[in-house]
This record gives sequence, structure tokens and C-alpha cells, in this order.
Amino acid sequence: MKFTSLLTSAAMVLGLATAAVAEDKTKVGFVYVGPVGDGGWTYEHDKGRLAVEAEFGDKVETVFVESVPEGPDAERVMTQMALEGADLIFTTSFGYMDPTINVAKKFPNVKFEHATGYKTADNVSVYSARFYEGRAVQGHIAGKMTKSNTIGYIGSYPIPEVIRGINSAYIHAKKVNPDVEFKIVWAYTWFDPAKEADAATVLIEQGADVILQHTDSTAPQAAAQEAGNVITFGQASDMSEYAPMPRVSSIIDNWAPYYIARTQAVMDGSWETVNTWDGIAQGMVEIGEISDAVPADVKEEALAMKAAMAAGDYHPFTGPLKKQDGSDWLAEGEVADDGTLAGMNFYVEGLEGEIPQ
Amino acid sequence: MDLGEINPVLLVASLMVAATPLLLAAIGELVVEKAGVLNLGVEGMMIVGAISGFAISVETGSPWLGFIAAAIGGAVLSLLFVLLTQFALANQVASGLALTLFGLGFSALMGQGYVGIKPPSMGDIHIPVISDIPVIGPILFQHDPILYLGIALTALVWAVLKYTRVGLILRAVGENHDAAHALGYKVIKIRILAIMFGGACAGLGGAYISLIRVPQWTEGMTAGVGWIALALVVFASWKPWRVLLGAYLFGGITVLQLNLQAAGVAIPVEYLAMSPYIITILVLVILSADKSSAPASLGRTFHASH
Repeated sequence: MKFTSLLTSAAMVLGLATAAVAEDKTKVGFVYVGPVGDGGWTYEHDKGRLAVEAEFGDKVETVFVESVPEGPDAERVMTQMALEGADLIFTTSFGYMDPTINVAKKFPNVKFEHATGYKTADNVSVYSARFYEGRAVQGHIAGKMTKSNTIGYIGSYPIPEVIRGINSAYIHAKKVNPDVEFKIVWAYTWFDPAKEADAATVLIEQGADVILQHTDSTAPQAAAQEAGNVITFGQASDMSEYAPMPRVSSIIDNWAPYYIARTQAVMDGSWETVNTWDGIAQGMVEIGEISDAVPADVKEEALAMKAAMAAGDYHPFTGPLKKQDGSDWLAEGEVADDGTLAGMNFYVEGLEGEIPQ
Repeated sequence: MDLGEINPVLLVASLMVAATPLLLAAIGELVVEKAGVLNLGVEGMMIVGAISGFAISVETGSPWLGFIAAAIGGAVLSLLFVLLTQFALANQVASGLALTLFGLGFSALMGQGYVGIKPPSMGDIHIPVISDIPVIGPILFQHDPILYLGIALTALVWAVLKYTRVGLILRAVGENHDAAHALGYKVIKIRILAIMFGGACAGLGGAYISLIRVPQWTEGMTAGVGWIALALVVFASWKPWRVLLGAYLFGGITVLQLNLQAAGVAIPVEYLAMSPYIITILVLVILSADKSSAPASLGRTFHASH
């Protein structure tokens, strides 16, 4: 009798002890749209996760689920994470917006952070990067380097984030090369290497000698390399394995500082709903090394533009700019406000085709 | 909008490339299902084939060895399915799903060191004179050898199933395994061979994506082709030439819709994006009006004591 009660109490103490230890650890969950080895978007988010682990060591525990489809299944994954005791959950794709809001309602004590969306709640923050600043640099290089004056653009879904990128790249390509023309293909996927490669091949067959991509894998880089004499830009990650050609530069998303800061905030209890939208100046958007395939003067101009954006002297959407239908958007010297940019659903003047609705 | 920018010759040539992985995987699965086994692990065997082929061709520098390794890789993985369903008599649907999940994870592990590497190129066959015929040359005679292998396999499977004794036995096992067993045929042995053939074909299909169509290794790069192959077999009512037609339709419309988008055709993109699925299903459903049905023993477990 005594022995069993001793055992029971020992077990209870042990149980309490482990519970107490578990309590100390902050559990951070990540929901990814592609595999961590995609070499692009998800790869960079996972680097951010690893940075959180490196920063806090034993004080945090991170979990992630990869290749989660956008839609109802995402809700199941998030609910599971919350039930397993996550204190903070990062949902890292636009299509997780409504699922994040829905799950957040059910778990008021869990903090959620949704990437690239615009819906917030008491326990849901949103964060994104001003990728369009990087697109401006790409547009400049593309406009200068294209010989066929045809630039191919692989879009994923017609959402503001992607449309901003297309507009920004187009404005800056057009500025240095008035004859430039954009061909846009919507892949309707974030990650499907075979389809992305097909899209790149199609664009190259139709005369494009620059490929810009807003999808997550490195497949378009491989397709461009195969075709030869086509330049590309790394998307979301440096993709330096394809440098110096076809990849001549890249946009790198650096999420690590943000993830560390937000995890710290949860630990301190100072977490609040925020709407973060950082760019080159804050280091959330980085421009990957511009390779030697780019002429020295073009490289210099590109770096100057980057420096001007970092210093706040230049905004990629500065008037005079018109919308595609010819109506005025920004007057001379006027700068686009964040509200318009966040919900951007129109092309600027000169782009052809319609945005799928 | 400028349709003139679409080069029909390049279009047809690239649709054949886009269709080949699907064709290879589907023709393998057709044989498996004709033997009365439903293997939902096509996606998993494809992705394992993709990485096995990629790794071996990078290590040896020979794409041919890569494709052989891919076929072996797919077949070896299918042995896991054999073990579960033919010996442990586990549920085929569950085992197939498990095979896909396992294959996706296992390939990611195998592929750790192969991200961002360029595989050796296989090169296209170039036959003097014939390959240089305008239009027909680039469409029919300037492809990589595996593409021709896909078509040859379709013809072979069709001929074997229709005209040979081996084909008859295979179909007997798939239609009524108890009767086939009573006649003295080794049901389990025949099914094992069929499953391994299916695995090898799926492996080849996967390697076609990683070595020729993309060419690179990325985790999860088959992105659902295996599932489309499974659906294709059903919609093609288990007939090899219809599988070929379906694969070319699907691959063709996929490439065509990208071409139309790039050329700026004023059809809403949503319709273009869904067109490969809808048109392929429509055409094959209309074709299957002849009431051809599934092999009668499809998905049923066999044990000699029954």
C-alpha cells in the first residue's frame, strides 16, 4: 500500500515537473505552403525558424508542417498546432488568411502571425515585406539587359502582392527601355516545379529573354539555364546555385529578425497586434549579389537605386503614373500610399492583358 | 493578343514532353490495375524514382544509368506495397496512401545533398535526314529516347494484354482471382510482377521530370502528377491507347493554355487553368460510353484459402 502510494506521488511529482518544464518553453509553430527544400519561399521561412532556435536555444521549441494546401486543410493543421500547446503560430502564405482568422477565434490565448495578408484580430498580427522594392531593381536590370525587349513574368495567383511586383518591375523596365513588353503567365500555384518550368519554357519560346518569377521553386531557373542566353532573378531566396547565369541577382526575404523579435515578445508578454510591412531599409528585403553577367554601369545604377530606397529617398511608385485604363493615379512627384498598395488590383499604364478576377 | 507568337511546331513538341511523365506512370498503373490491384502509391513511387534517377545520373554522369536506377528505385519501393498487400493482406487503399506519404518523405531525405545541382543532359536523338524534315522533324524525330520509350511501352502493353497468353493470364487474375487460382495460376506471383512493373514505370516517369522536363531536384517536385495518372487510368477505362490519348490531351492543353496566356488571348485565365482537367475528363468520359468496366477483382485481397 505504502509502496504504491509512494510510486503514485513520485509519478505525480514527475508529471508536475515535466509540465513545469514544458511551461517554461515557448512553443512556436510554422505552417508552410511548400516543402522546406523548395530553395525559395518556404526555404527562407524555415531559415527564420532555425534562427529562432539558434537565438533562444532551450527556451523555445519549434514545430513546422510543410506542404499544407491553402484552404480548409490549413485550419486543421493550425488547430492541431494550437491544441499541442503552441504559443505562437506563423502562417506563411497568403491563402492561409481566413483559416488563420478562424482558428485564432477558437484559441484566444494563442498568438498568430499571418504573412502577406491584411486581416488582423486581437491575437492575429500580419507581416509582409516590400518585395516591390526589390522588383524595382529587377525591372531596371531587366529593361537594360533584354535584347528581344520581351520580359516573361510567371505569376502565381492574381493577388495584390503579386500585382505590385509586376507593376513595379514594369515601371522600372519601361523607364530605361520604352520598347519593353511584358508577357504574363499565371501558374495558379505557388509550388509545382514541372508547371513552373513549362511556363518558363513557353515564355522563352515566345521570345522572352528575361524571366521574372513569383513562384517558389527554382525550376524556372533550370529551364532558363537549359535554354541559354536567358536571365532570371532568384525569388524569395538567393538561388545562387544558378549564378552567374541565368540568375543575375535576386530578392532575398530575411524573416529571421522578425521571427526572433516576435518570439521574444511572446516570452516577455509584450506581444501586441501589429501590421508590419518592412522593406530594404529594415533589412527584411535584401538584394542578392548582382553577378558579373550584368554590365558594370547597370550594376552601379541598380545599387544606387537600392541605396536610395534604403535611405527613403526613392519610392518605386512615384508619380506621374497612370492606371492601365489611362486614368490618372499618381500626380508628378506623388507617392503611393500603403493602403492603395496593399489592395492593389490594377495594372499600370502600358501593361497588356487583364488581371484575372 | 497575337496568336502568331505561338509556334505550333514547338508547341506540339513540348506537349509531348509535358505528357510523358504522366503517360509512363499511368501505363504502369494500368497493368497493376488490370492484375486486380489498386496501388494508390504512384505519387510516392514517382518521387522516389525522380530522386534515385537524379542521384545516380549525377554521381555517374550517365542519364541512362539514372533512368535504370529510377526504374529500380520505383520497383523496390513497390515491394513495400507487395509486402503489405500480398503477404500481410493489408487494405490496398490504405497501403497505397502510406506508400505515397513514405515516398514523399523518404525522397526528401535522399535528396538532401542534391538541391541546386544540374544533372547531365541526355540529349535528343538526331537521325540524319528524317530529323531535319521541316515541321514533322522537330515534332516527331527530335526528342529524347525516353519519350519514345513511353510510346513504345504503350504499344507493348496493348499488344501483350490483347494478343498474348501472358496478357490473358494477367487479365484473368484481375477479373476473377479465385477462378485463376483454381486453374493453377500463381495469383500472388503474377500480381507481384505487375506491381513491380507499375513501380518501375512510375519511377521512370518521376525521373523524366527530374532529369529532362525540369531538370533539377526539388522536394515534392512531382506535385500531384501521380494522382492525375491514377485518375487517367480510370477515365481511360483501362485501355492503353486511351491512356496515351488522355496523357497527350492533358499535357497538350496544359502547355497550350500557358501559350495562350503568354500570347495574351482574351479568355479568362481561370478557364484556361482548369481546361486541361475538364477537357481530358470530358473526352475520356465520352469515349468510355462503351461501358467498359473496371477489372472485377480490383482492390480485392486474395488469399489461396478463400
